Amino acid sequence: MAEALTQAAGGRKNFTSPLRGEGGAPSLGSAIAGSSTNATARPSDRGAPGGGDVAASAYDTPTGSAIGLSPQAEPAAHDGVGGLSPWRSNLHLPGGGERTVTTMLAVEGMHCGGCMRKVEQALSAVPGVVSARANLSARRVATVHQATGVDSLDLVEALDRIGFKAAELVGGGDSEASARAPDQALLRRVGVAGFAAANIMLLSVSVWSGAGGDMSPSVQAIFHWLSALIALPVVGYAGQPFFASAVQALRAGRLNMDVPISLGVTLATAMSLYQTMRGSEQVYFDAAVTLLFFLLVGRFLDQRMRTRAAGAAANLLGLRGAAATVLQPDGSTARLAARLLVPGMRVLTAPGERFAADGRLLQGGGEVDASLITGETVPVAVAPGALIYAGTVNLTGTLVTQATATDQHTLLAEIGRLMATAEQARGRYVRLADQAARFYAPAVHVLGLVTFAGWLAIGHGWESALTAAIAVLIITCPCALALAVPAVQVAAASRLFGNGVLVKAPDGLERLADVDTIVLDKTGTLTLGEPFLATGQPVSDDVLARAACLATASRHPYARAVVRAAEAAGLAVRQPGPDVREAPGSGLERIGADGPERLGSAAWCEAAATPGTTATVWYRPARGDPVAFNFADRLRPDAIAVVSRLRQAGFHIELLSGDRTPVVEAAASDTGIDRWIAGAGPAAKIARLAALEAEGRKVLMVGDGLNDAPALAAAHASLSPSSAADISQTAADAVFQGERLAPLLETLAVARAARRMALQNFAIAIGYNAVFVPLAMAGLVTPLIAAIAMSASSIGVTANAVRLKTMRLELVR
Amino acid sequence: MTALAWLIPCALLLGLLGLAAFLWSLNSGQFEDLEGAAWRALQDEDAPKR
Repeated sequence: MAEALTQAAGGRKNFTSPLRGEGGAPSLGSAIAGSSTNATARPSDRGAPGGGDVAASAYDTPTGSAIGLSPQAEPAAHDGVGGLSPWRSNLHLPGGGERTVTTMLAVEGMHCGGCMRKVEQALSAVPGVVSARANLSARRVATVHQATGVDSLDLVEALDRIGFKAAELVGGGDSEASARAPDQALLRRVGVAGFAAANIMLLSVSVWSGAGGDMSPSVQAIFHWLSALIALPVVGYAGQPFFASAVQALRAGRLNMDVPISLGVTLATAMSLYQTMRGSEQVYFDAAVTLLFFLLVGRFLDQRMRTRAAGAAANLLGLRGAAATVLQPDGSTARLAARLLVPGMRVLTAPGERFAADGRLLQGGGEVDASLITGETVPVAVAPGALIYAGTVNLTGTLVTQATATDQHTLLAEIGRLMATAEQARGRYVRLADQAARFYAPAVHVLGLVTFAGWLAIGHGWESALTAAIAVLIITCPCALALAVPAVQVAAASRLFGNGVLVKAPDGLERLADVDTIVLDKTGTLTLGEPFLATGQPVSDDVLARAACLATASRHPYARAVVRAAEAAGLAVRQPGPDVREAPGSGLERIGADGPERLGSAAWCEAAATPGTTATVWYRPARGDPVAFNFADRLRPDAIAVVSRLRQAGFHIELLSGDRTPVVEAAASDTGIDRWIAGAGPAAKIARLAALEAEGRKVLMVGDGLNDAPALAAAHASLSPSSAADISQTAADAVFQGERLAPLLETLAVARAARRMALQNFAIAIGYNAVFVPLAMAGLVTPLIAAIAMSASSIGVTANAVRLKTMRLELVR
Repeated sequence: MTALAWLIPCALLLGLLGLAAFLWSLNSGQFEDLEGAAWRALQDEDAPKR
């Protein structure tokens, strides 16, 4: 079904806002709308699934993370026995045994129980769907549906209709399971260690209460043997993570925190067993197992923070065009996985789809959302001959492109490589806990040896000397140390999460605390990145309402802005009905009872285009003169306040933007930023960051858009607004949501407080050591004292960390 | 003394039951989505028909 389009007779106004230019990215050409053929008509002609802001991702990073696209773009099909939850397996359909399939979708915007329920209900209502279960923590939905008749596009569309942007996770089920596996394994060990610790403690407390009193030696022996029975298998099982890591470190000739831990636990258990056989009192099973329990908890917390981030990264993977429709020489179409595309193939991209490869436009014209590349949500018009990049979204009309670069050679992949290089450099950062371990592990071993040698020298037997040495090893065992940092980081992360900031990884939090310079991007970061109806419009409510009614038929950012403006004015926006026609590159038209009404460019509405600088959309009612709507990009409501607060706190602030000079200068002077650079592409931004780092500064980069992603990876620490393109989300250390810039202040304050608190916790740990190590060296530490000391230090450290959640924080110089 | 002979195995058995319950809940995926589970407790729809 061919759509006839008007040919603009010169002087057509482009939909580009003067506040955003075409950054440092290659120009995508300006346009004169051509005719396009709608080769594949989708049943829904109102907009397209996927929307314009569904952020993208995906490329295979050379750093070897195994996130790759599966060879077929179909969801993994499996027949399974019904399990306890749809996460694990499939249900057999009753009475039939038709094959069911689980599709995983990543869903944006699900943040509460109500959203969850809406999502599940909407999906369950799609015919052919057996069940849908949402995972709020991971922002995903697992849908079990029939293998035929329902595919992921139907599901995505169903969600889109209720306002949730979703995309399929290719190979989602498998990557989900494998991402969770280390978490599960650790949790299992925590459970086992906890059970054992509690039971052994039960027996030990009985012995301590009765020792020297009513308890007969035979009973004591029985209790000790029972403790041994519980402790031995548990130490073998729950201690595995530490043993494995220690062996690895020793093979590499290094010492890490796990070596003294493994040594201490093994020796303690062995010696306790020996002592049990001899019938003595020096039995440390409870200490060893409790130690393992606390250490595992610390490790689990640390791991948990990281797994969340890995899940987020995997989420993004599915949001790129995973499959593409290829036009065969004989005119038929075939659906191929994106990575199988080859330059020269002709690719058909439907409205709402993402381009799967870089290419030159052959047929069709329309608009493309290039926000992934340039960071700007205003669509760019394209005509045959224009270069279109993989990952951008086709907004209007079906386009046929000839692929010029595919898979690893696309611009997207190139930017991904820039990022990977930057990330590798960042991987050399040594975490606080590891820095402590470097000093700690040798110290512990030395102390143990000294104790052993000292006792031997004084004249005791090797047994007592070994006992004392082991007591020293146990006491110095880094319960508090292993908990000190993870406990604080989890508290910090959860406080930030409550403020709408999602921290990607714990070392990001540490790096944020070091920062003394802040570099800001403009579009989307300082500004809201969306066109708003400029105030002072002499537009009557009635006109606005009718224009908005027409505008609801389109997904164009300006049309959406008109609708937003109408809703903000409190007007009821009606649906226009099915007779609205969209002319790609020009506007919307509806032939009503009174005559045609149009919304769109100046030429489309036959209005005199003022060669002004603001972005304008014209509305021509059925009867009357065309009316202009002017749009502008707004600064975030608290941008000025936040920047001044940061300056007061002593940060050096710069503005780096890909936009044009006058616009950037205006933004900088509005917010009070002295140093700014305009027209900077990804490479220029990295250069500026490198210059700052050479001065010895630690830089925080705040930005969104794919063109910021390499800079985000290269800076010392980075932050990204959640409305950003998702690549930036993976490159950034933390992501914040909402319209305000204040989360930036909160993040810096919390990061600094977290560092202070981690150091306090180290002090507590060292203090406890300073008290108890001499006691241990003197041989005065009984199992009871060891247990108390360990528990007290762990609880003390955790309680201190919990303080972080509620204390008042101020960002000071 | 005979009391102990009963009580200790009893205590251990109960502990093992607790551990088994924990491992079962872990395997059946109840720890996958703690936030979602919190919200689901507030929903008052009927149980889905199996």
